[in-house]
Amino acid sequence: MSTRFDVELIAVTKRYGPTVAVDNIDLRIPEQSYCCLLGPSGCGKTTTLRMIAGHESVSDGDVLITDQNVTNLPPAKRGTAMMFQNYALFPHLNCVDNVAFGLKMRGVGKAPRQAQAHEFLGLTQMTAFADRLPSQLSGGQQQRVALARALITKPKVLLLDEPLSALDPFLRGRMREELKRLQSELGITFIHVTHSQEEAMALADLVVVMEGGRIQQADDPRHVFDRPKTAFVARFLGGHNLVPRDGGTELAVRTDRCRLFAIDETVEPSLSGAVSAIEYQGTRVQVTLDTDLGVRVVSHLPDEEFYVHPFHIGDRARLGWSHADAHPVIAN
Amino acid sequence: MSDRKRTAGFYLLAGFFGLYVLFLYGPTITIAVLSFQGPNGGLTFPMNGHSLHWFANLFQPQMVGDFGGSLERSLLLGAMVMATTVVVSLAAGLAYRKRFKGDTPLFYLAVASLVVPSILVSLGIGLMFGQSGLDTAWYGSAYGAQLTWTLPFGLLIMFAVFSRFNPSYEEAARDLGASPWQTLRHVVLPIIAPSLLGVALFGFTLSYDEFARTLLTAGEDNTLPLEIYAMTTNITTPVLYALGTLTTAFSFVVIGSCIAAVLIIQRRRARRAA
Repeated sequence: MSTRFDVELIAVTKRYGPTVAVDNIDLRIPEQSYCCLLGPSGCGKTTTLRMIAGHESVSDGDVLITDQNVTNLPPAKRGTAMMFQNYALFPHLNCVDNVAFGLKMRGVGKAPRQAQAHEFLGLTQMTAFADRLPSQLSGGQQQRVALARALITKPKVLLLDEPLSALDPFLRGRMREELKRLQSELGITFIHVTHSQEEAMALADLVVVMEGGRIQQADDPRHVFDRPKTAFVARFLGGHNLVPRDGGTELAVRTDRCRLFAIDETVEPSLSGAVSAIEYQGTRVQVTLDTDLGVRVVSHLPDEEFYVHPFHIGDRARLGWSHADAHPVIAN
Repeated sequence: MSDRKRTAGFYLLAGFFGLYVLFLYGPTITIAVLSFQGPNGGLTFPMNGHSLHWFANLFQPQMVGDFGGSLERSLLLGAMVMATTVVVSLAAGLAYRKRFKGDTPLFYLAVASLVVPSILVSLGIGLMFGQSGLDTAWYGSAYGAQLTWTLPFGLLIMFAVFSRFNPSYEEAARDLGASPWQTLRHVVLPIIAPSLLGVALFGFTLSYDEFARTLLTAGEDNTLPLEIYAMTTNITTPVLYALGTLTTAFSFVVIGSCIAAVLIIQRRRARRAA
């Protein structure tokens, strides 16, 4: 068990005039981990990333990187490197010069910096495009160059702002694998901002779900999905039914753990209602039930199970689950 | 689509455009043609033979006033105005990327001189120099008068340039360890270089053919437009046309070489990239 942390945020707050973008958050990211900041737009995830990078000042609190307080240090003195959402490759420089830029600013001579730049282009499989201008590259290729450019400064922490959102779905999947491979090969911490829960689940060792400038939950993906702390987390991740309870809490139950029964069966716990939608989704069938309580719930059934006793739209039915699969969450 | 019938509106607008082009280039072409008038020809058609006589005549000072001197002054003044406009507009454009106290009044103050009639600017500066006991001169008062025209334009162009400039380029440079000066030198300036060239060209041409603001501020020695104007009142030979043709040709050379410079830069970048 590692006790060192690559990044620590202590009571970090960001205010823009009267509005609070990030509200007093604490976060500890263990060394060599892949951390995803996940949340809807405006939740404060990008602001948090930019405060770690030093591109945004911290209104209150401290940012520590490998135990050093960097709150007031400029970006280049923090041991971080950032990959920007639009990659921000310098349009007038070719790939080698883009990648070598950080070394040039540090006064490294032309021959050694170009040699190193080629080495890092190799790391992201872009050697063949070394002499191209950014405008002559596809989105995925630009991203590889941007990665090489960020990594050449040998950061302890790599910060990625929505790195996959500009790519088409096929490329996104490939780059996802590649980011994970790079992170484990280099043995450094990646902090990756995304609004895609699928991306966060696939990549992260630590998922940080944010909403309204606060951290809703920070845990490994399986814990976050299996034991969402709040109704927001359950809703945002999807795949959960939320059943109202007394006392300011709701029950979260995974939709794939819910089963459909005939209306006259005695099942406990269960909700009764009418089937309002049926969608065949290949490996599973999604059945939506408008319950008598007024909430809408969903069951994801294995396709072969559904077609043994198929339901039809308008049928009365009962959605049941086992107590072990239901978890109380804070309603919000 | 291509075989769809053209409407009456199309022909109307096309005719209008034709007239516009005629108005734009007709006089220039007429003057160009007449400047090759024969030695015995007059200021109007018909052509009485053709020759380069009037071009040769142009370079005899006693005939046409101080053509060479005024061209030299206009070129120098144009270069001074150009350099000042580029440097000051760039600095002002950079300053206006952040809000600062009094930025809006300062902006209005800067662009107000665009709406003041230029002859009044000229008159005012001339008077001010006179009152202060200073001599007006093309390199002093006229230089200042022309800047009241080119600086606001340059500033407006820089606004447009920086409104399209993505600040993440600078953040990326900063992230990679560049100092503010290095960021300007290695990232911002190369990216906006074509626009700066545009501002330079603009500053030069505005100065080179500026008349009203220079009229009462140039002092003893005329700039080229003032000299040409003086000639129109006392010269009645086609040498005037020769002068027009030559200066127009010179303007085309300046603009052409700027376009060539941009093309060469682009090609060199592309070649380095290939």
